[in-house]
Order: sequence, then C-alpha cells, then structure tokens
Amino acid sequence: MIDTKTSTISVTNLIKQFGRFAALRGVTAEFSGGKLYAILGDNGAGKTTLLRTLAGLNQPSSGEVSILGSSKFHDICQQVGYMAHPSLLYDEMSGMENLEYFARLYGIASRTRCEEVIRAVGLDPDLIRPVGQYSQGMRQRMSLARALLNDPKILLLDEPFSNVDLHSATGMVQLLARTRDEGKTIFIVTHQASLLEGAADEFVWMEFGKIVGRTRELKRPETAGDSTK
Amino acid sequence: MSPPTGITRVTLLKDLRLEWRSKDAINSMLFFSLLVVVVFSFSFDPSAEESRQIAGGLVWVAFLFAAVVALNQTWARELRNQVLDAYRVSPAPPNSLFIAKTLGNFIFVSVLETLMTPLFIVFYRLRALGPAWQLLLVAVLGTWALVINGTFFAAMSLRTRSREIMLPLLLFPISIPALLAMVQATTAILNGEGARFWIVLLATYDLVFTTVCLLLFETVLNAE
Repeated sequence: MIDTKTSTISVTNLIKQFGRFAALRGVTAEFSGGKLYAILGDNGAGKTTLLRTLAGLNQPSSGEVSILGSSKFHDICQQVGYMAHPSLLYDEMSGMENLEYFARLYGIASRTRCEEVIRAVGLDPDLIRPVGQYSQGMRQRMSLARALLNDPKILLLDEPFSNVDLHSATGMVQLLARTRDEGKTIFIVTHQASLLEGAADEFVWMEFGKIVGRTRELKRPETAGDSTK
Repeated sequence: MSPPTGITRVTLLKDLRLEWRSKDAINSMLFFSLLVVVVFSFSFDPSAEESRQIAGGLVWVAFLFAAVVALNQTWARELRNQVLDAYRVSPAPPNSLFIAKTLGNFIFVSVLETLMTPLFIVFYRLRALGPAWQLLLVAVLGTWALVINGTFFAAMSLRTRSREIMLPLLLFPISIPALLAMVQATTAILNGEGARFWIVLLATYDLVFTTVCLLLFETVLNAE
C-alpha cells in the first residue's frame, strides 16, 4: 500500500496509452524526497512517458499520480522543474533572454536569479550569442539552467547528458548531487547511467512500460529480462 | 506568479522580438500580398466605379490569404525545440499565451494592411464616397476576426501532420460570415452607402468568437 502522505511522488497503477500502444502498463511506485533517482531502461521502455506524465504533459489513461500530496499538476507546478530531450529554448534569443522570459512565467522578475543559475551550470550570463549558435552541450546546460530557474523541489530531467562532453557532464552531475543535498528530489532519465554511479541514491529499471526493479547500485536486477533478446 | 496581463505582455514582447529577428511572418505576408495586388492589376483594368465594387472583396481575400502565412508561423516557433512544453509546465495561464499570440498576429497583419493599403489605392484608383474613417473601424474589427480564429485554429492544427493545409481548411469556412461582413461593409463605404448593419455584425462576430476561443483554448493547448 502506498503512503501518499510521506512520499514526495506516488504513482498508482499508472497506464498511458497512445492509441492502441500502451507506453506505461500499470506503473506503481513511490519516491521519497531529497533523493536522486536514475531511471534506466532500453529505448521504448516508457521512461520519457513516465517523466512527461509526472510533469503533467501527458494525461494518464488510467491510474493516479500524486506529487507533493496533490493529484492536480497545476497546484504544484511552481515546485517542479522540467528538462526535456529538446532544449525548450528559443533558438533566436540569447540564453539570458530565454531565461528572463521563462522567469517571468514563474513570477521571477529578478535578473540576478537568471545570472545565478546560468553561472551554476558553468555558462557565462553575458554571452550574447543566440542559443541556436550554441554547441549541443551548451544548449543542454542552458536547458538545465531553465529547469532550475524556479528553485523547484522536484526536478524531472530527460537525457540531460546527451551530447555533453565528459567534463561538462561530470560538472552537471556534481551540480545535481549538490541540489539533491539541499533536499530536492531529482529524477533523471538517461542512457549514460555510469555517470550517475556514486551520485544516484537509487536506480529505477524500466522495461515494457513497467518498473521491473529498483537497485541501490548500478546493477540490472535479475528479475528484469533482457529486452534486446 | 506574475499577473496574467504581465505574462501576456512579456510573451507578446518576446514574439515581437523573435519576429523582428527572423522576419519569417512579415516577409512572407508582404510578398504574398504584393503578388496578389500586382497580378490582379494586370489581369483587370477596372474603371473607378468597377474598382469600388470589387475592391472590398479583393483587399480582404488578399489579407485573409496573407494572414494564414503569419498564423502558420505563430505556433511553428513554439514547436521548434518543443518550447511550448516549457510554457505548459509553468504556472502561467494558457489564455495569457493565447491573447499574446492573437495580439502579435493582430500587429503583424495590421502592419501588412498599413503597407499594402496605399498600393491598393494607387493600383485600383480607389476613392471612398462614404465616410472613410469607417474603413478604419472595419479594418480593426475585420483583422481581429481573422486573427482570433486564425490563432485558435492554428493552435488546434498544431499537432496534425499537415497543419499548413489544415489551418485554411478549418479557418476559411468559419470566417465566411466575418469575411462577408468585411467585404460588404468596405464596398458600402466605398460607394457611399450605409455600412452600420455590417459593422455591428462584425463586432458581434468578434465578441462571440473571442469568448468561445478563450473558453476553449486551455483544452486545445493541453490536447495530446
């Protein structure tokens, strides 16, 4: 039985169908606060769909999602930061212009906060180049800065390290570990699980739209089948 | 969270800034309308009297087709990099986005009308026999009728595979009453006849569709 009062996020028998295809097939889990979860699995396992459903971007076909005690995403959206595989940034504007715009959506009028998060991800707030001219790695880091902008209690990150060089990715992991130590709950969907070894509190393994195991170490649970076979 | 009007303002400014940098919408609209004016002026050689009869239809059909170009661009830039998702996960109200987009399109189409109207006047030797200031009222109400539905249906066709085809298919039939009112009002003013009925019809159309679009936009935005 899931205790929705103590867990930060609880998911009960979550099913998400796209037409006749079921991307999530009855996911039930609870996640407590102040932890960094790495969500792993092969392509098509349902990781991104799970993250998008937690972010309120996909409506569940059935089942329940409760975040910070609320089943209505709109009530807690101020507490959630979301980073998708695409950058969610306007290519024609600079990083600072992008962040200033998104900050206003959260009621943040201060430029200082934007500068703070840009510096936190290792970029220069004074960079006037439009985001479209950034390298993929810079774009990913700016995208992470956007997700951190509203100082969220819950961070949902989809492939934050893809196309990021090892040095920058390690820096991002350190930043996320520090953020977790401040009491935030972080979910990271990634194929580069080894980067999170030592930083993640738990590895959540997904397969065919279900959570098939949760481990403390980066070791595929024996209960999980090999979907590549 | 910022008040809805504040979010509308920053979103509108952001859109104007993006358009200023890319000039995607305004350039395509201008070239399209310019072509219509030139091609029609070569095709017909109307007398002043005939011009007054056909100009209303010609002008508004040209603006309607040109507006579609801008309307398709409105949401296209929100789809690039899936930026729309960043708005959807934020606490900002959906209608602030809709109003900002509609106002943006209103400005773009108004700029087009301002630039193209003198050309229409010159090419078709137009002179209004009725009160010309009423044309301004028809232009404002007519442009709003085009952009409010256009912005809404462009959002609706956002996730369809052939959205550039889908928009005119949805927009044109629903715009027929407004288009009729715009054309009849313009023709009546140019010929020195009363246009009150058509202007009232246009204002009523605007009121009804603005209300309906505002009520339904959140559902359209969050549709999967």
